[in-house]
Amino acid sequence: MAFADSAAIEAVELVKQFGSLTAVGGVSFAVQPGELFGLLGPNGSGKTTTIHMLCTLLRPTTGTARVNSCDVVAQPLQVRRAIGLVFQETTLDRDLTAYENLLFTAYLHHIPRADAQERILELLKVMELADRRNELVRKLSGGLKRRLDIAQGVLHRPKILFLDEPTIGLDPRSRAAVWGFIGRLRQGGMTILHTTHYLEEAERSDRVGIIDRGKLIALGPPVELKKASNRPSLNEVFLHLTGRKIQESQTE
Amino acid sequence: MSAGAVYTIVEREFKRFFRQRGRFLSSLARPLFWLFVVGPGLGRLIRSPGDVAYQQFLFPGVLGIVVLFGSILSSLSTVYDREFGTLRIMLVAPISRLTIVTGKTLSGALLSVAQGWILLVLAPFLGLKIGPAQLLAISLYLFLASIAIASLGMLMTTRIDSLENYSTIMNFVVFPMFFLSGGLYPVKLLPALLRYVVYLNPLTYGIDLFKHALLPAAASGSLGTDISLPLDVSVLVLFTGIAMALATLLFDKEAKLVKRAEPRA
Repeated sequence: MAFADSAAIEAVELVKQFGSLTAVGGVSFAVQPGELFGLLGPNGSGKTTTIHMLCTLLRPTTGTARVNSCDVVAQPLQVRRAIGLVFQETTLDRDLTAYENLLFTAYLHHIPRADAQERILELLKVMELADRRNELVRKLSGGLKRRLDIAQGVLHRPKILFLDEPTIGLDPRSRAAVWGFIGRLRQGGMTILHTTHYLEEAERSDRVGIIDRGKLIALGPPVELKKASNRPSLNEVFLHLTGRKIQESQTE
Repeated sequence: MSAGAVYTIVEREFKRFFRQRGRFLSSLARPLFWLFVVGPGLGRLIRSPGDVAYQQFLFPGVLGIVVLFGSILSSLSTVYDREFGTLRIMLVAPISRLTIVTGKTLSGALLSVAQGWILLVLAPFLGLKIGPAQLLAISLYLFLASIAIASLGMLMTTRIDSLENYSTIMNFVVFPMFFLSGGLYPVKLLPALLRYVVYLNPLTYGIDLFKHALLPAAASGSLGTDISLPLDVSVLVLFTGIAMALATLLFDKEAKLVKRAEPRA
């Protein structure tokens, strides 16, 4: 299978096995520049493993992937220069302040000090965290930490952003705030791949890939997926394709 | 390798060290306990033949404790970083694994040197004179010993999955390394078998360097140095090079990252 050269992300037959367990069993898709692409599936379906392979943290067992036209195995540094990744669990240092956490990330991404300070303050303002900037992260609420995690992922202005369950465990107000910010990033032309098991969040994507047990079982704009299987919601689409409800497989 | 990234990793470790009050205070209390509780007690039992009192002899060994705990604990914080996610921010940044290993190792080494300096303030109270030249020498030696031990610590973290193994490391690595280092008793007085083990321990060469710098030059008696200065330096430099290279090669074999990142299926 071949993809256009212009794709921001292209995965070709990606497979990841951990011992006898196949976490991802041959996934192919392409994401176009500026697209908001959603991977929808229950917990343990292989979403995170797929993202980690695309972000050079895991080596595919077989298959290839290119991100920003760079091979994830052969050119990991070039790939990491082009991407931002917000992990499912927080990656903040609880013993540093909000500001210090961002400064740490800035230096890891080779942003000069003067630029870094300016960018951090600007970003903290956008995230409505400016007045909490000198507080230790351990004192911040879950919603504020999540916003800071996202700030950490976009501080270096990546072309391509990976968001792994960006709103998991957040209250509705914080979820709305996160999606508001994602909207602003899109206006700036950023390509975004997010994973979710919230159906209403998948609906916001330009295109959705439905992933189950390590396989991509459907791919397309939400409207078309619903039309193709003649079902009113993505939930019904998932039920139609797998015989299970998406929430049944999750433990939360 | 990126100097800016190494700098920020070191800066973070220093901030954390001084903010974690318990860790900071125990790093101060640990050497004092040996110097002023264990030292005087054992000193009463030991009639030293030369012109070095046992408490003076113990001082380089106590500097060794500072280096050992300071460096190993700092390197082991990599395991903490892995558990709490901060390591992932480093792994997904456009920096090499060597940069991360160098940053973490250097953090441990510099933190130990700083802790060593604090202890040096006490040297005059034990009748050990430290001039500017000696201070320079001891700083260099502290760094050589600390970076060797920090590299060893980094190498160990590549084999440790979680903080649960922490007490195992303490009991089977840290304490034996101290007791078999020439810090408490002169190496030459040990039985042959133990002596071989002592010479396999990098800390031995560090503590011997401290003896070279701190004990009076005339201390050639049993409470003097055990190894020549050039050999001490060579062993430490070589050990650091090998341990760092191995640590970089083995650093974050992906499975460890994934174990935490992947929700249980």
